[in-house]
Amino acid sequence: MSTQRDGWICSFALLFCAASLPMLAKASLLQELGPQEYFSSLQAGRASLAFFSRSASPGAQPFLEQIENSVEALQDYGISVVKVNCPKEDTSRYCGKENALRKAYLFRGNMLLREFPTDALFDVNSIVANVLFALLFNEVKYVETMADLQNIENSLKGKSNMVFAYVPATGTAEHRAVMEAAFVYGTAHQFVLTTEATLMKDPGYDDPDVSSARLLFCHCQQVPELAQPCRRTPMEQPVTLLNVHRHLKLMGAPLVTEVAEDPEKVSTVHLQLGLPLVFILSQKETYEADRRTAEFVAWQLLGKAGVAILHRDAVDLNVLLRSNVALKMPHEGVPIKYLVLEDTDEVISLVEDKSKLEQIQEDKDEEEEDEKENDNQDIQDDQVVEAVSRDRKRELPLEQILTLTEETFPSAMLDPARLVVLFYASWEAVSLAVLRSYVEVTDHLQGTEGVLLSKVNCWDWPGVCTKENVTQFPTIRIYQKGGRALTYDGMLGSEELASFIVLSQVSCPLKLATVEEAEGYLRGELPPELSSYRHASVLGVFSKATSAAREAFLEAGSSLSGHVTLGMYFEDDALALSRKYAVSPPALLLARSGDGSVEGIALSKQSAQDIVHMIRHELLDTFPEITVQNLPRYLQLGRPFLIMFSNGDIGQMESEELLKLAKRRPRRAFVTCWLNLKNTPVGHGILKTYFTTLPSLPVLVWVNLHAGGQVFAFPPGRSVTETNVLSWLEKLKAGSEIPSSTLSEEDWKPPLPAYNFLQMMETAVPEFTLRASYGRGDPQEPQPPGSSEEKAPIREEQPEEPGVAAEKGQSPGRDLRGTAPRLAGREKRHSEL
Amino acid sequence: LSVALCAGAMRCAATSAASLHHDYCVIGAGPSGLQMAYFLQRAGRDYVVFERGHVPGSFFALYPRHRKLISINKQYTGKSNSEFNLRHDWNSLLSHDRRLLFRRYSHDFFPHADAMVRYLEDFAALLELQVQYNTAIIHVTLDADPEAWNGHYFVLTDQNRQKYKCSSLLVATGTWVPNVVNFPGSEYVEGYETVSINPEDFAGQTVLILGRGNSAFETAENILGVTNFIHMVSRSRVRLSWATHYVGDLRAINNGLLDTYQLKSLDGLLEGDLEDLAIVKDKKGKLHITLRYYLENRNTSAGIDSITLPQDELDNFATRAPYDRVIRCLGWKFDFAIYNRSLRLMPGKGNKNKYPQIKPNYESRGTRGLFVLGTASHSVDFRKSAGGFIHGFRYTTRAVHRLLENRHHGVPWPSTVYPITQLTNSIIKRVNEASGLYQMFSVLADIILLRENATAFEYLEEYPTGVLAELETQTGRKAANGLFVIIMEYGKNFSGADKDVFYYNRAVGEAQHAWQSNFLHPVIYYYKRLPTEREMRLCPPDWPLPRPDAIHHIVEDFLTDWTAPNAHILPLRRFLENCLGTDLRNFFAESCFLFAFTRQKLPPFCQQGYIRMQGLVGTRRLQGHAMEAGLLENYTVTDFAGDKLLSSHEGSQDQDHTVITRQDHTMPVRPLQHVVNAKDE
Repeated sequence: MSTQRDGWICSFALLFCAASLPMLAKASLLQELGPQEYFSSLQAGRASLAFFSRSASPGAQPFLEQIENSVEALQDYGISVVKVNCPKEDTSRYCGKENALRKAYLFRGNMLLREFPTDALFDVNSIVANVLFALLFNEVKYVETMADLQNIENSLKGKSNMVFAYVPATGTAEHRAVMEAAFVYGTAHQFVLTTEATLMKDPGYDDPDVSSARLLFCHCQQVPELAQPCRRTPMEQPVTLLNVHRHLKLMGAPLVTEVAEDPEKVSTVHLQLGLPLVFILSQKETYEADRRTAEFVAWQLLGKAGVAILHRDAVDLNVLLRSNVALKMPHEGVPIKYLVLEDTDEVISLVEDKSKLEQIQEDKDEEEEDEKENDNQDIQDDQVVEAVSRDRKRELPLEQILTLTEETFPSAMLDPARLVVLFYASWEAVSLAVLRSYVEVTDHLQGTEGVLLSKVNCWDWPGVCTKENVTQFPTIRIYQKGGRALTYDGMLGSEELASFIVLSQVSCPLKLATVEEAEGYLRGELPPELSSYRHASVLGVFSKATSAAREAFLEAGSSLSGHVTLGMYFEDDALALSRKYAVSPPALLLARSGDGSVEGIALSKQSAQDIVHMIRHELLDTFPEITVQNLPRYLQLGRPFLIMFSNGDIGQMESEELLKLAKRRPRRAFVTCWLNLKNTPVGHGILKTYFTTLPSLPVLVWVNLHAGGQVFAFPPGRSVTETNVLSWLEKLKAGSEIPSSTLSEEDWKPPLPAYNFLQMMETAVPEFTLRASYGRGDPQEPQPPGSSEEKAPIREEQPEEPGVAAEKGQSPGRDLRGTAPRLAGREKRHSEL
Repeated sequence: LSVALCAGAMRCAATSAASLHHDYCVIGAGPSGLQMAYFLQRAGRDYVVFERGHVPGSFFALYPRHRKLISINKQYTGKSNSEFNLRHDWNSLLSHDRRLLFRRYSHDFFPHADAMVRYLEDFAALLELQVQYNTAIIHVTLDADPEAWNGHYFVLTDQNRQKYKCSSLLVATGTWVPNVVNFPGSEYVEGYETVSINPEDFAGQTVLILGRGNSAFETAENILGVTNFIHMVSRSRVRLSWATHYVGDLRAINNGLLDTYQLKSLDGLLEGDLEDLAIVKDKKGKLHITLRYYLENRNTSAGIDSITLPQDELDNFATRAPYDRVIRCLGWKFDFAIYNRSLRLMPGKGNKNKYPQIKPNYESRGTRGLFVLGTASHSVDFRKSAGGFIHGFRYTTRAVHRLLENRHHGVPWPSTVYPITQLTNSIIKRVNEASGLYQMFSVLADIILLRENATAFEYLEEYPTGVLAELETQTGRKAANGLFVIIMEYGKNFSGADKDVFYYNRAVGEAQHAWQSNFLHPVIYYYKRLPTEREMRLCPPDWPLPRPDAIHHIVEDFLTDWTAPNAHILPLRRFLENCLGTDLRNFFAESCFLFAFTRQKLPPFCQQGYIRMQGLVGTRRLQGHAMEAGLLENYTVTDFAGDKLLSSHEGSQDQDHTVITRQDHTMPVRPLQHVVNAKDE
């Protein structure tokens, strides 16, 4: 087998060299002779291409270059190329006439075969194609009409096969490829060439894409009678010398190979050429039918896969008796797949369906990948756990944080200061990450009086945590004076927590006694310690009568405590105050920080929950800068995002235009916002996902995060104005824009597989699975023998044989290894034995 | 009317003519009786404990004879976790009162039995448990009544003929009837209960001890130094607790005789069936061993000379030397005598015949509503776990109480609901501190019931594995969406009387070989649905549970500290992830932010944290570590490069410079993509 294979490679390589080497070689092989010399050197049967020139004939220069380039290519076909230098005085047939100097002449022996105008020889391809075309005049028939083609085909029936090539034009690379193939195979098959596209409209060829060359193999040799047409096998690949060679090799191979040996060892032309081999599994009894099936399939798969009949009687196959088809992939190391298929279509689609083929190929890759993945199983892929464990050796500056125990916790509760307690577990990564932020809170609270930061390790003191009803780690709680506890439910970051601790200090809502106080509150006059944390002021205004709404507002206040500042006014002149802002009590007056305007909102809903929801909603900015911290608030709206990504501050004009857009009614049909890549560098990651090539900044993007996940970029050239954006949004709505990307819908699957202990146990302690699966209604699929063994490291000393194990263990110097594996490093125990 | 008047009030017992009714009657104020009383009291149930003695724990007032408890009383563990420390406190009962920790009663590692008596007295008194002392229940019968909880009442009669009517009967009488063997000459045998404990009484004597348990060795230990020699005979081979991992087998503290036997210091062990034995007393009062076989047709009183002794035929017969004393130390059995036949309280089979037959939920096989607690309930895990001992049955008693609360009062098994992100944590927390799982290994299990779509779960502690199939009816909880069962196990075939537990490489260190762990370690079973009773029945004998859909072993740990991030927590997380088909990793807020903008779905951690405005912001240093590890992309460093790239249209950039920054820029991308797209393919 292997010698045959080598043979293929040799001939293949030779052809390949023939095609490509001349390009690299210098034109030094061009002979320069005088006319007498030349004509006397011509040998009978040898072809030569001659070009006559007078010295310093300028027009011929580019042509000469091309000729020089093709010298070597032509030499491979035994054609010498000669530049004949005509003496000035020479007036012979070739040297004398001016127009003869514009031509090249092809001789065989001293007979002139053809003269080429130099403009037909514009490059190496055209030179080789035209020269070979002329030389192979008999081997390659040129046809122009269907009748011609039919005649040739008929004449060949029962005698030899035909290679029919269509090239859109002569002198092209495809033409050259066909001619070069004809040079090699011209004696084996009849070559027919056409440039007529109409001939390709033959019913046997249903996809006449006439812009590119095509090649058909017509199986005429096996056709016994004239009336029967020759089967045709089109070459699917582009017409290149290599492909043609490959195609003809495949056509030359036997239709169905008979195999009576181990299929793993079989090699055929198909496999060597990188095509799969389909085995039809056959038995003596069914051989005839199987042979017919195999031939049928082989015709269908001609050029795509090889077909062989595998005689089961002759080979000891360890496969299911039901299997009737096997597939061998050309890739080394891919095991043969045995399949049970219903009909021949399945066989064909098995090969033709590329995805299926790839899947089979990938099986092996996957296995390798699995192994790779298995290697990664013990590598930490949790960013928080890994970050914390890399930080574990650093001593945290915990001086300012009181460590409470079961004994000290109750007394700490009696401390007049507000007690902030972090309940955590010292082994838990998120807890430890939060503990590190918690340490930073002390910096933020520098100078804040009356706050005591403390922590309780629930791993040491589970009693305290159970008593305080802490079931999750970490939990942060603020114990106010009077024993009221406030559980922190905000972002687990130092700034946010510090802000919460400070804000929750003041009562929420803050009861204001006079109109002046209320007005001052709306202007932003707050207790000084809050000044740096203020965001917006919300004032609830109630008349004496609206006690239900007031109660609800009070309740809402307690659940918003620490997140916002709330004021409350319910004196007699509340009506007057609210009138000023065109609402009547109960109402909310909202003073956003910055612009000084006050908005009045009627409190129509009465439940505390509604009020909380309403306040949270009203506090959202109209055109916010999106940050890691505030995104969730806007995500909760469940709206699409119109977001401007900007590297640094957003331009004045864009900002104003987008703000106008954001203020349009209905409000919050979508979230208009922007992202400063300088403040939120992770925005680069977003852009990278949205765009394969990063667009210029700033870029306005529409992304529907909640439905469909389509991402659209505002056309770069257009200016961001309200009208432009609106009309663009209209187009988006109409579906006339193409999304630049769509967000992955992928579920969050386990990143890596787990150790399959069940499978390992099945191998080692089968009684567990056997007995149980008998009892179970749905026994697991039996594992193919051997497949699980690689994965299950079976301890060599079986537990049933402690004596053996003890003996094995008696090698010296292993004192602690078994008792304390941690001390002894990470050797795998089974490898030690 | 009388029931209403007398409910909960014991004093009216004497005046009431009719039988007194209680929802729960507990017989015996020993450790398990008091433990049950504690739970009933806390739940506010109508109950009474009957104790025949005038103080609780009367068994401990007498036994062990040599007064040394062999249950450990560890003062220090280096940990302050009270639940964890219970793992090494084998004497305390469960209560909320920290004064009732046994280490406050004794500093001895193996405490004096009097400390136990004092402890039990205090336990009953401090917790004000309803114990009726000096009340010996002498008969128990049934009174059928369709209205009753179980279709019948239990009618208890005390020594004063007072009758008590009970809806539910909790038997906590322990095993106190001495095991006796009858053979010719057994009248010469002294019992453990009465034998002298003064070593001087044995000076210069040759002693034969029948039995091979802790009481036999305890007796031998006491007199080892003054006897000529001691022989010890029993049917089975000696079982050492450190080889069997069963606390009821011979503890190292009592095994001095093994030393002297193996060092040929005259003492010795013999195997033989006591039923075949016969003892003949000679004229000097010496006791000779012979075989029942030789006595078949003879009268023992006929005199020693007429009796064949084994050495007459086999002159090197092992026990040919005559003994001065023979002591019986054969342990105890349950007192079946007081139960009317209608209760069908039957002895167990084989070596469990000293215990009544009960179901895995501790209810009698014969009578509904009769539960057996404490030592008498040990048939469930005899020679396996600690159910026959205080440090085991304090948990099974609690389990029985929880079953009863659900059955009779509609109080479902206590549980906590957590978001799925807490799954790994809740398991790690329990396997590291839970004492019930640790002591009652393979008998009590923590159960995790998954909620729909696996976004949340319910955690149930210390449920009896034997009734897993009945979980829904026994606990009042629903298990429709799959469950995890967390138990602790020793390695299969590691423990046994004849096993070498010191062989090299007996411990596994690699997480991937965790299933071969030998020492006690956590095992998590995953079932897509509750196993059926049939599957439970067909479960192989050595397996606590039927075949799961997946199983995970947390590798054994030398320190029993299973908090190592990579060896313990990571493989557990992968297991849970693969059972649930989700990604249980933690993410910093920044990652969640990126996912929120670039993926339509979010991992649970972001979904349940960040999106609810509880994202984990982290510190710069931590983020730096995550970046170094390649698990978080550093966009700030690439900001400059990104700047160049993104704005390069604005003017021509230095070609080389762009290329270099570009490389910087692309280098760290890959690892994060791994995080983001880890399973995209």
